[in-house]
Amino acid sequence: MSCRKRCKRELLKFAQYLFRLITGTLNTDSVEDELELSAVRHRPEGLEKLEAQTRFSRKELQILYRGFKNECPSGVVNEDTFKDIYSQFFPQGDASTYAHFLFNAFDTDHNGSVSFEDFVMGLSILLRGSVQEKLNWAFNLYDINKDGYITKEEMLDIMKAIYDMMGKCTYPILKEETPRQHVDMFFQKMDKNKDGVVTIDEFIDCCQNDENIMRSMQLFENVI
Amino acid sequence: MAAGVAAWLPFARAAAIGWMPVANLPMPVAPTEKNKRQDELIILNVSGRRFQTWRTTLDRYPDTLLGSSEKEFFFNEETREYFFDRDPDVFRSILNFYRTGKLHYPRYECISAYDEELAFFGIIPEIISDCCYEEYKDRKRENAERLMDDMEDNKDSKLPNMTFRETMWRAFENPHTSTMALVFYYVTGFFIAVSVITNVVETVPCGSTPNQKDMPCGERYTVAFFCMDTACVMIFTVEYLMRLFAAPSRYRFMRSVMSIIDVVAILPYYIGLVMTNNEDVSGAFVTLRVFRVFRIFKFSRHSQGLRILGYTLKSCASELGFLLFSLTMAIIIFATVMFYAEKGSTSSKFTSIPASFWYTIVTMTTLGYGDMVPKTIAGKIFGSICSLSGVLVIALPVPVIVSNFSRIYHQNQRADKRRAQKKARLARMRISKTGSSNAFLRSKRNGLLNEALELTGSMEEEQQLNKTTSLIESQHHHLLHCLEKTTNHEFVDEQLYEQSYLESALQSYPSRSPSLSSQDGLTGTCCSRRSKKSNHLPNASAPASTHPHSLQELSAIHIQCGDQPPLSTSRSSLNMMPDEPGRLNCKSGQITTAIISIPTPPANSPEGDGHPPPSPAVQPGTGSGSNVVKVSAL
Repeated sequence: MSCRKRCKRELLKFAQYLFRLITGTLNTDSVEDELELSAVRHRPEGLEKLEAQTRFSRKELQILYRGFKNECPSGVVNEDTFKDIYSQFFPQGDASTYAHFLFNAFDTDHNGSVSFEDFVMGLSILLRGSVQEKLNWAFNLYDINKDGYITKEEMLDIMKAIYDMMGKCTYPILKEETPRQHVDMFFQKMDKNKDGVVTIDEFIDCCQNDENIMRSMQLFENVI
Repeated sequence: MAAGVAAWLPFARAAAIGWMPVANLPMPVAPTEKNKRQDELIILNVSGRRFQTWRTTLDRYPDTLLGSSEKEFFFNEETREYFFDRDPDVFRSILNFYRTGKLHYPRYECISAYDEELAFFGIIPEIISDCCYEEYKDRKRENAERLMDDMEDNKDSKLPNMTFRETMWRAFENPHTSTMALVFYYVTGFFIAVSVITNVVETVPCGSTPNQKDMPCGERYTVAFFCMDTACVMIFTVEYLMRLFAAPSRYRFMRSVMSIIDVVAILPYYIGLVMTNNEDVSGAFVTLRVFRVFRIFKFSRHSQGLRILGYTLKSCASELGFLLFSLTMAIIIFATVMFYAEKGSTSSKFTSIPASFWYTIVTMTTLGYGDMVPKTIAGKIFGSICSLSGVLVIALPVPVIVSNFSRIYHQNQRADKRRAQKKARLARMRISKTGSSNAFLRSKRNGLLNEALELTGSMEEEQQLNKTTSLIESQHHHLLHCLEKTTNHEFVDEQLYEQSYLESALQSYPSRSPSLSSQDGLTGTCCSRRSKKSNHLPNASAPASTHPHSLQELSAIHIQCGDQPPLSTSRSSLNMMPDEPGRLNCKSGQITTAIISIPTPPANSPEGDGHPPPSPAVQPGTGSGSNVVKVSAL
């Protein structure tokens, strides 16, 4: 809210505080009026609709939803919860930056929270999609500002986030320039026309020609 | 890993696709589900009450009874349900733990019954969530204290095989244990009383002889009093020395309050013995005799009440301090005011502000001796204000202090408790966190060791190492493994990290004969080990020493020299192909600053000792496993 409104509110609070001090009713538990809006409740679309939109079977959707709702009873995940959950898988390092990028990749409508639909759409692409779709999703993840180009800075951010997840105790020791070197290597491979950015076509082309990457894309087929 | 989070593992693994285009190494193979069961409802019959839940819910915590195969022991074939002959009420909380990931402690439940149920179902109490943890710990401590009190009452029987010293100490601490101790206790008590009374009577004038004026008894019967004093001091000294001898920790005993009081009580006597002749210090000596009154504090050993009072005052010190401070402020204010008010009047006793302090104190505490009274009107007005406010300043805080004291006292205790608990809990959580990362390192080690062992075909050891990790664990480890591959760095634990950090710090010094110096820098670990190794490996010693010389032109490389493993290895690891799973990552393409190729002569030595069994690569603690020869940086 605007500055003036905030100042006014602060002033009012201070006046209230003075008044309470003088009249002697200084209880500390009365200042919780500024609660944020109560948690948003969200109910997903029906099972049939989701079944149609994603490539999961009914049973799989049921299992997914049960796990989702158990962790987030309100039906949506906000960024902090997301970071929290993701960090639990990487105890040695700091997974919050990468989780932030992941969150943005899942939150396709950019409303600051990931609902079950977003979640399940993302998973559908990642687990049941074609190679093209998966590569598309990965490109979307790397392209932080979603302008269709991956610049070196964006890639460097992503790379640093990935290396952050490793933490401190690695072998060999992580040096300052390791992410940058990795980014250079990546650009060397991907940026065919050497214009300093990687477009979606360059990316998909190059990945399709790389055997390792193709093989690794099939790695998580049987996750659900 | 928390339970509900396990449900998100598929998501985290799917998101790992984001690393794939960036990685340069091929990814490890994913673990497959051996028997992919559909999720089913299972029935838990606890003393007749049926609970139902999904199987995967229970599988979240594989190290508990319900989550592991241990529950199969309770499976009832006819009714196709798991039957437990336990308390169904407590089972409710336990099952909720699986469902929500939080273990709650119901307040109406008896603490020991709850503990037993937790122990039966294999759940550690530290998992109890914050909302109930404090309550749980409090009740547990209460219970433990109660049990301990009961136990202590039964502890009067003398334990066999106690040394004389221990017996003595026990006799001193608990006089009720033996008759001898009781006698000693009463004798010392009597002598303390005698000593105190002597001190008091010494100063009473007993002027029965008419020719002299009244003189205190002490000066009249000097010898008698001196003998009495000597006797008491003798007894106290002997007692102190005996306690000192018997104390289990003499240093701690000497620091304790009681022993300091003992020392202070008997010291003036000895000082007096030493300095009887000097007249100048006899004044100081007289002052020193005041400390004899400290003997009365020796009674606190005999009186529980005194000890409690002392402890109370000590813990209430801050409140008392506050009272004193506010009083001081008020005194100064009023003294100043009275001084200036009475300045005008003649023959005023208020000669200075400090002199007015006395008046203020006497008035505020409503004593009112009357040796100083204000004479001016202004003085009287301010004097009355002073006495009124004195009532307020003194009377009001005292009940507040008393109630504050009990509240703050309990609160402090609770806060300290919570702090101590929190530290312990955080330590445990950290341990479990490192436990999970250690589990990964361990499984990696086992996995690689399996591969290495496969080379030699020694199957029996492999089966030993094949611990059954749960599917979730293996999937989690696979995920971490993928991350390692993506970044081309490995997870290691603290020790190895410290070690390699030190080495890289040493490496940063450029030096003339780089190889030797860098070796010398590591002599502690390396050379001693190499000399040890040369006993095992006759072939390795010679090339190992030529190692640095032949490699002088090369940039820095890490070479892991493990102990000679009982298996033969295929190729020199220095020229290994990048697809050899993560043994020495520094060799592969990531570190472009290092020149990898090394002339062949040293090839045989690293072959013998350079290709490590996978264990030393990631684990520093397998005996004398790993030593690292750092070769020069030019």
